[in-house]
Amino acid sequence: MPISFGGRYQGSSFTELLASDHGGLLPDWARLTQAGLHPERIPHGTTVLAFKFSEGVIVAGDRLATEGHRVASRDIEKVLATDDYSLVAIAGAAGPAIEMARLMRIELEHYEKIEGEPLELDGKANRLSQMIRANLPAAMQGMVVVPLFAGYDRRRRQGRLWKFDVTGGRYEETDYEATGSGGLFARESLKKSHDPAASREAGLRSAIQALADAADEDRATGGVDLERGIFPIVDFCTAGGIQRAPDAEIERIYREILGTRRRPSANGVRR
Amino acid sequence: MTMPFYVSPEQVMQDKAEYARKGIGRGKSSVTLEYDSGLALMAENPSSLSKIGEIYDRIAFAGVGKFSEFDQLRKLGVRYADTRGYAYSRDDVRAKALANAYSQAMGEVFTRELKPLEVEVIVAEVGDDTLAGHEANAIYRVQFDGSISDHEGFCVIGGAAEELGSLLRSEFRSGLPLRDALRLGHRALQRAADREPNVTPDNLEVCLLERNRSGRKFRRLSTDTLRELLGP
Repeated sequence: MPISFGGRYQGSSFTELLASDHGGLLPDWARLTQAGLHPERIPHGTTVLAFKFSEGVIVAGDRLATEGHRVASRDIEKVLATDDYSLVAIAGAAGPAIEMARLMRIELEHYEKIEGEPLELDGKANRLSQMIRANLPAAMQGMVVVPLFAGYDRRRRQGRLWKFDVTGGRYEETDYEATGSGGLFARESLKKSHDPAASREAGLRSAIQALADAADEDRATGGVDLERGIFPIVDFCTAGGIQRAPDAEIERIYREILGTRRRPSANGVRR
Repeated sequence: MTMPFYVSPEQVMQDKAEYARKGIGRGKSSVTLEYDSGLALMAENPSSLSKIGEIYDRIAFAGVGKFSEFDQLRKLGVRYADTRGYAYSRDDVRAKALANAYSQAMGEVFTRELKPLEVEVIVAEVGDDTLAGHEANAIYRVQFDGSISDHEGFCVIGGAAEELGSLLRSEFRSGLPLRDALRLGHRALQRAADREPNVTPDNLEVCLLERNRSGRKFRRLSTDTLRELLGP
């Protein structure tokens, strides 16, 4: 007889453990939308992006969350570490997306503790796609969660990134990807600035430029909020783990970018 | 009609306990001891199958006896802790509650099943100076029959627990630096294997719960690190 604390589950997945033994704890977003919750009434995250650079991958996101046309939060974090070498960047319905990222983080830690070894980066991406697929009923009703997943593959010694669709479709990208309401503009920006051999500084500049471009064209994207001192999140994921770019550096680069975009003044009077 | 053969409950329990003790006695011992900035869990273990494992941010597990049985307990602990941490908060996952759950489950098997568990486990929790009221370390020992005890400073499980315990009682000091604590633990395990004292960094499994590390405080020491720490 297996020894037990009352549960039946014997495997190494945390989400399966919840589904099997603690059904009430597993979020059921589809039920909420069926109950009449309009997806526009909950906060949505806007623009996130990821791309490769010389040491691994850079993952970045602005800080704004919107509810329809309103600001829900100015300093939400959309780039979340799932373990020491991988990150998800979330766009779409913020509540389910943040919960999915939290579950993903526990899922990876749980597997590592039970099995004594972490999942491979491919395995992690696959797991996330299964979690997105499980959310399909909610997504069909507007509660869409489409994250980016990126990390440093320690077996292949390189940064890698994936995008997903609502059905859990998983597409590995070779260079860069952006998603969310301003994702299109960020992608166009990255298309021009992206360099896989970029240094940290150049990569950081690309990321900030892409977010600034997205904020320029998409009203729901926050960009850099100099007035309040709220800066986008830019994380480097490399062989050495995950490091976050300091706000001061982001501000310096953003001011440089702003300088190149300012209209010249006529006779010292700005038009 | 044949009458069922009567055996007194005392006799049954005694037989089971003896059986369990014998099983545990055949295996190697494991030591957990405090050092100045954390807890060290040590076990003589020539195989690559771990006897020590991470449960949660500040909690670790050590088992002796039958591998399949204590490994099941270890996995139960991970499931218990992760579920609790998800339902409440990471700070709500505590060693005392887990040790109690072990005690219940192991006691249940001891009274209900024909064959008792041939294992003993330690649940160790390192304190966190940033959480008021959670600063102290905690070490719990749960035996095959579910009996539970808490220990200050150090704890030994396994066949030679009594003997090693007396060695540690006389030599353990609180606030030992890591190196000295590991050397003391090594000496104790060496004594347990006294018929052929050959506990070396190659067959020693050592994991730490490091008080000053943020987040997951569990760290497994590599053979090279151990060799360097234990010295010649």
